Amino acid sequence: MNTGDTAFVLVSAALVMLMTPGLALFYGGMVRAKNVLGTIMQSFILLGLISLQWLLWGYSMAFGPDKLGIIGGLEWIGLRGVGMEPHAVYGPTIPHQVFMIFQCMFAVITPALITGAFAERMRFGPFLIFSLLWATFVYNPLVHWIWGNGGWLARLGALDFAGGVPVHLSSGVAAVSAAIIMGKRRGYGTEDLKPHNLPMTILGAGLLWFGWFGFNAGSALSASSLAGSAFVATHIAGTTGALAWIAMEWKFIGKATTLGAASGAVAGLATVTPASGFVGPLSAALIGVAAGASCYMGIKMKNRFGYDDSLDVVGIHGVGGVIGLLAAGLFASKAVNPAGADGLFFGNASQLGIQTIAILATILYVFAVSFVLLKIVDKVFGLRVPDHDEVSGLDLTQHDETAYTSQ
Amino acid sequence: MKKVEAIIKPFKLDSVKQGLTALGITGLTVTEVKGFGRQRGHREVYRGAEYQVDFVAKTKIEVVMEDGLVPEAVKVIQEKAITGQIGDGKIFVIPVENAIRIRTGETGKDAI
Repeated sequence: MNTGDTAFVLVSAALVMLMTPGLALFYGGMVRAKNVLGTIMQSFILLGLISLQWLLWGYSMAFGPDKLGIIGGLEWIGLRGVGMEPHAVYGPTIPHQVFMIFQCMFAVITPALITGAFAERMRFGPFLIFSLLWATFVYNPLVHWIWGNGGWLARLGALDFAGGVPVHLSSGVAAVSAAIIMGKRRGYGTEDLKPHNLPMTILGAGLLWFGWFGFNAGSALSASSLAGSAFVATHIAGTTGALAWIAMEWKFIGKATTLGAASGAVAGLATVTPASGFVGPLSAALIGVAAGASCYMGIKMKNRFGYDDSLDVVGIHGVGGVIGLLAAGLFASKAVNPAGADGLFFGNASQLGIQTIAILATILYVFAVSFVLLKIVDKVFGLRVPDHDEVSGLDLTQHDETAYTSQ
Repeated sequence: MKKVEAIIKPFKLDSVKQGLTALGITGLTVTEVKGFGRQRGHREVYRGAEYQVDFVAKTKIEVVMEDGLVPEAVKVIQEKAITGQIGDGKIFVIPVENAIRIRTGETGKDAI
């Protein structure tokens, strides 16, 4: 067991944990004041709900002994057998529980990402039920496929350093299902649905950027040069993502916006995530540019398709996930990470095909299962708040609270 | 007694207040309002979604005073609040039936 590695992964776990309240603020600032607490609550509460799920059965399903390449068994239910001895495959130099708790933070933030798609209109109780089901039947299996010892995507050789498949692409695709089933917000296209507190959003973006160092560099599971290169790639993609997005804004609307800078940074960071431990700095810079430009265009396209993905989960995490996974197939280099592979630009064309399989499998599975889960929860409990509650706002109707009281 | 109500550009508040207190006015009420007249609104863009915002932020000042003070007060407000650009605002003069000081119960001109 290595004390440096252990210390680093523990700190990284804490950084990733902070991303969930960071996301809460990022989203919170973008909704209307009457919904800010409801929006924050949807992210914040998952720290409790999904962590508990992870401890009880989630970790076992995701990383437990492999069953047919598609799921882990329940041998580790309640963390039975998950002690301080390092696991030979999952962080061989750190205590097993440290690996588990690091992964726990990823499990927490992923369903929180989806909340952006149905912001300002979902009932709280059904939201909890859906999130729990989604974590169990979508997130956990996906993690097993890509990172589980024996998972079929891992065995195929798919490259995903820190979460393109289970986190970004999956939440982006789930967001499509959710936007379709939930329908548009009241007043979409006619009423004022502007962000109510952009400083809060920028604060959230800053916390996300900070936490992302834990998300990506921590996925090296070692205090090593690999963690260093993932850290560098992460940062550079964030910066070029922000710059590329505001360059697009300048071109299309004549102004650079703060929301654009923050969104571009998040797009860059999300997109580089699967590639972060396999690519060099210049590749990361290009990935960030592609992210900023494509995600910006993705959001412009949103209106053409006529669905209300309120906070652009599809445009940023969905599009970003696809680009990032493909980018890994293009820019990966064994010079950066000998345990990875080479991508197309380094002489290996087949990696791109493997990445494409991972992307397609994820899209199909996540869309189908998310759609079914949403339909079931809607039929049994009802997902959407009634019209008059949507007008009064989530804060008052779901939580009996007001965010900003006048004296 | 009259109430003088002025809707002015927010950054002119301090200037107008100084002008009025120099006249001997001892109290006023300020509200943040929004509205439009001939001054057009502006555009805001959030992630590509464009909003045309018609309302412009203004400040409303309300002062109740004796009839005799009104012409000078109106003149001072106009002098201090003007910029020459569209959107400088308006002043209204409204009759007041009575005024009562809550602490002492005084009425009429003893209350203002």
